[in-house]
Amino acid sequence: MEYLATISVMLKATVLDPQGEAVRKSLASLGYGQVQKVRVGKHLELVLEAADREAAGALVDELCHRLLSNPVIEEYSFSLDEGEGPR
Amino acid sequence: MKFGVVVFPGSNCDADAYFALQDDLGQKVEYIWHGDTDLGKVDAVILPGGFSYGDYLRTGALARFAPVMGAVAQFAARGGPVLGICNGFQILLEAGLLPGAMLRNACLQFRCEWVHVRVESTATAFSRRCHRGQVLRLPIAHGEGNYYAGPEARRELEENGRVVLRYCDPDGRESAAANPNGSLAHIAGISNARGNVVGMMPHPERCCSRLLGGTDGRSILLSAVGFS
Repeated sequence: MEYLATISVMLKATVLDPQGEAVRKSLASLGYGQVQKVRVGKHLELVLEAADREAAGALVDELCHRLLSNPVIEEYSFSLDEGEGPR
Repeated sequence: MKFGVVVFPGSNCDADAYFALQDDLGQKVEYIWHGDTDLGKVDAVILPGGFSYGDYLRTGALARFAPVMGAVAQFAARGGPVLGICNGFQILLEAGLLPGAMLRNACLQFRCEWVHVRVESTATAFSRRCHRGQVLRLPIAHGEGNYYAGPEARRELEENGRVVLRYCDPDGRESAAANPNGSLAHIAGISNARGNVVGMMPHPERCCSRLLGGTDGRSILLSAVGFS
């Protein structure tokens, strides 16, 4: 089966995100003071072959852990769609 | 004694390190290609600064899987001296040869300037010719040098004297103003438990000659000579 994995990688809540803070300040200077917090992360899309959904999930987990995120500072989440998904 | 300078696609301080070691310090040195799986007959390894693999994904994240890194890890495990400078430090972190990770500079700017660092430990392959408390003036050039480690890793570093260099003012005092990137506890360089693997953000290879504005990098690089 072909799966589309949609992955989000974010800095952990305990890690300061200077980029997000800079974006928040820019929004505030544009008049959007109601935005209280901004976190900036990464969005990745992978098309992969796997026997079933469980195998696809296990593979994506492994990829995220080994390369796509850095477990020291980041956490990840992902969703899986069959085929290349709703593109 | 022969140094090996690893060349990754996107390294840009490899020639600086080669020049400093050979011309300023009179050492034997050769380049090691990132695709090689053995290091040849070198006695110390330098992972130079630059932007390996364009800093894609995260700094150092892709270089860490280059074929040569297996040999570097083995060399380090045998106690061989390994110094990661700037991007080389980032690679050592991603490779797990040193603990922690790099975040973007707290100021969000790329900082290219001279800084002062205080030598905190001389029990490493790249600080044994310095003295504790010595203030060195070294150049930095990085956008992601904001060192971070979790509470456990930080305790491990502090309690075992593995913080090698800390940003300070010219008189050796730590302050937020003297820290160019917001790094945790003003950390500029750390080592592994054995002291043979060191990572640092400042560039010692850029200050081994008066012509380049300073010579404080010499004692860092020369520390590896005779280390065992």
